[in-house]
Amino acid sequence: MARKLLLTHINVPGIRTFDVYRQKGGYRAVEKALKTLSPDDVVEEVKKSGLRGRGGAGFPTGMKWSFLAKPEGVPRYLVCNADESEPGTFKDRYLMTHIPHALIEGMIVASYALGANTSYIYVRGEMMPQVRILERAIAEAKQAGFLGKNILATGYDLELYVQPGGGAYICGEETALLESLEGKRGNPRIKPPFPAVSGLYNCPTVVNNVESIAATVPIINDGGEEYAKIGIERSTGTKLISAGGNLNKPGVYEIELGLPVEEFIYSEEYCGGVANGKRLKAVVAGGSSVPILPANLILKTLKGESRLMTYESLADGGFQSGTMLGSGGFIAFDEDQCIVRNTWNFTRFYHHESCGQCSPCREGTGWMEKVLHKIEHGHGTFSDIDLLVDVAKKIEGNTICPLGDAAAWPVASAIRHFRDEFEWHVTNGQEAQTRNYGLAHYADPLEPVM
Amino acid sequence: MLSVKHNDPVEFTDELLGKFAEIVARYPEGRQKSALLPILHEVQAVYGWLSVPAMDRVAAYLGIEPIEVYEVATFYTMFFLRPPGKYALEVCRTGPCCLVGAERIMKHIETRLGVKEGEVTPDGLFSWRGVECLAACGYGPVLQIGPEYTFYENLTEESVDKLIDELKEKAAAIG
Amino acid sequence: MAEDVKFKVSIDGIPVEVPPGTTILNAARQIGGDIVPPAMCYYSKLEGSGGKCRTCLVKVSKGSEKDPRPMPKLVASCRTTVMDGMEVQNITSPEVLEARKGVVEMLLINHPLDCPICDQAGECHLQDLSYQHGLASTRYEFERRTFDKIDIGDKVQLHMTRCILCYRCVFVADQLTPKRVHGVLGRGDAAEISTYIKNAIDNEFSGNVIDVCPVGALTDKTFRFKNRVWFTKPVEAHRDCPTCSGKVTLWYKGEEVLRVTARKDEYGEVEEFICNTCRFDKKATSDWVIEGPRNVKPTSVISLNHYDELNPPPVVKKNLLLQETNKEQFERAKELL
Repeated sequence: MARKLLLTHINVPGIRTFDVYRQKGGYRAVEKALKTLSPDDVVEEVKKSGLRGRGGAGFPTGMKWSFLAKPEGVPRYLVCNADESEPGTFKDRYLMTHIPHALIEGMIVASYALGANTSYIYVRGEMMPQVRILERAIAEAKQAGFLGKNILATGYDLELYVQPGGGAYICGEETALLESLEGKRGNPRIKPPFPAVSGLYNCPTVVNNVESIAATVPIINDGGEEYAKIGIERSTGTKLISAGGNLNKPGVYEIELGLPVEEFIYSEEYCGGVANGKRLKAVVAGGSSVPILPANLILKTLKGESRLMTYESLADGGFQSGTMLGSGGFIAFDEDQCIVRNTWNFTRFYHHESCGQCSPCREGTGWMEKVLHKIEHGHGTFSDIDLLVDVAKKIEGNTICPLGDAAAWPVASAIRHFRDEFEWHVTNGQEAQTRNYGLAHYADPLEPVM
Repeated sequence: MLSVKHNDPVEFTDELLGKFAEIVARYPEGRQKSALLPILHEVQAVYGWLSVPAMDRVAAYLGIEPIEVYEVATFYTMFFLRPPGKYALEVCRTGPCCLVGAERIMKHIETRLGVKEGEVTPDGLFSWRGVECLAACGYGPVLQIGPEYTFYENLTEESVDKLIDELKEKAAAIG
Repeated sequence: MAEDVKFKVSIDGIPVEVPPGTTILNAARQIGGDIVPPAMCYYSKLEGSGGKCRTCLVKVSKGSEKDPRPMPKLVASCRTTVMDGMEVQNITSPEVLEARKGVVEMLLINHPLDCPICDQAGECHLQDLSYQHGLASTRYEFERRTFDKIDIGDKVQLHMTRCILCYRCVFVADQLTPKRVHGVLGRGDAAEISTYIKNAIDNEFSGNVIDVCPVGALTDKTFRFKNRVWFTKPVEAHRDCPTCSGKVTLWYKGEEVLRVTARKDEYGEVEEFICNTCRFDKKATSDWVIEGPRNVKPTSVISLNHYDELNPPPVVKKNLLLQETNKEQFERAKELL
């Protein structure tokens, strides 16, 4: 069995309550940090751990913390990004539902490290049950003296609040989240300034994903170096993977980074193979915005090496033959799934979720959706496929926030790897309405690199 | 749930105002606009949707212009700007759920309720719509029902039928 | 930092020295000419504007003297401040021109292209932009997005279908008027400028939304369908106004003032905002002290059939003294012709 750091006690009855969580060693990290470490020591431990942001971008958390501006007399804020909305990703919901205190404990440790006395957990509005669970957990922690004034008699004060969103994927972008938390439309801000200098209420702010914050608990308990021993290269520690799509055992798994993708899909410990005895056609490994890969490329890199669940291995080959670990939203497609239909579906999602501020994303996502809809419904032409590639290119990199890239990548990668399926939709428009293209003809278009 | 027609004036109860005050206290002085989203959720939980008079009251309460409330309410998809059914079924329609049959479930709900997406059944009990990813991709197909946002997972045609029947009974019991 | 500190920057190889905090766009405007990136949403007089339309994207090929690394993506020049030693490429970068072409195409796919019946035609920034940077044809084959026309107040019409969502009118309402009643509603490509409920934008400075609108989305109802701008003759005038500076441009057709606008600089920005009384209620020559013909860029369609010594606008013709004081301007107009 692989080591677990976040979900160790997931099956303990009552672990959602403060008492059971505490019995199982909960809140030791708060005691250790507040009583024996300085805020800078905590930052140092997190740096040593090599923890990278678990929300998708993979930016080193400790480094992000050390960028926080600390002007005299200005409050600093920690905001937890629990606006989990990336299609394929549902790990934060799982963690907050079952072990809410893991997040609360992490929030206290991280707030202490950053010198924040008020922190917010921004939960997507649809997760109202989780909002209630967290509010209850906060009340319990406060009752036990882990929140509020003079925590554990150390002189440190912290108030923690839960803020529900209102239904907008874009609020997962950190500056859109801050706008939303200020009671405005979720329009991403134009950067610079970055939140580390001017974030919530124009004060220095750190925004971290739920899992990143929860991971600070084992890091403080066992030490950053101990955490860094798990994993490979710059992918240290454990990661929650949300497995969905056509798998025998979909769900949330905590893996040690470095696990081979093949083992993750096929072993009984994890997903138990593709559902209904079918064959694997494709995988989106890190949430809907990362490039989709055909089965052969997700299992092995172009060099023929076994693909591992790490930031580096999944990115091997760049966007030509690789993808990204992203937020760990692992979606498996069986042989009967239609790539064109799925690409249209994802693009509809990004079109629906574009905030509408900047022109390439506002107009381009809708345009791509319409072209994909046309191809999927049997009215496409060959030039439509090239048009899609070009529109995706015109969006990518030219927008205010990464939603533009997130919308462009799935389209570009689907056409890169499954162009024959798109072309088949064009030439066999009628037939495509009644049956799927299947597994047979896709092939990796690139020569192996020696 | 209180029923409010389009331009009926709205008076918030003391209980609701008490909740507002609790929410506003979470933010620093002068930043009460931050309370807007949580307050709109509270208002929608009571009235089922956000009417113009209700939004204007919220604006007055928070000391902001009504347009600032409209801007926010129209941006976020969870807020209903027209009355939905008493039970508004929101089915995830995004990729991973579609891989496991969400489109079939939506078709079934449409047939079963006899109304199109966004419409309300004649008895006012149900409406349904497809929504984007609900972050439950491993348990798809899924749907949620406000204001508690109760979750129903691994949906099949049978489980949807059962759910609709139960909701009907529940509504009949409440009267 | 001493006040006289200047950063050395180069844009398309042309050096310029600007104070710290200057944006790339404003540094480029200091140089002037073709290397100035186009801007559809940025407005120097409106705080917080810019960054949205993406037409002013440029390439930073050298970040600064201290950190010479290029920036990984194209940046919005209107919102990116210069660093000492920064090197920027605008029209010398094929990547920038390609991206800009893409942005123009995006701005146009849902634009109605109803220029023949649009009052803004001739002074429309989107028109200029597409002539300079766009493609001759469209690749978009779907139905265009439309909205109903609405009146916001009795003097201003909102034609949302033409809007490019620059947000400038929202900033005007926030920064110039006591109470904002319109805003951006909805989201994505369904976002629209609206009051949500039927509401009039009614205050002394609301008319400025017409001047800041880069397209024909907000137009002056008192000028609606009266004339094409290139058949009217702009004349600078002022009056002693208790509310605003009273410095305006009058747009004449024959003897008649068809409309009044603020004076705009070469980037289409007003020099000073004006009040609604000046804009809507003072349409007699006798209301104004005429200064002389407005200097119009020779490239502008408005300069067509315009001033030369032989044919000055009637109001100027009548006033020999004014002709004398504006001699220099006539000379310049003559040279250009």
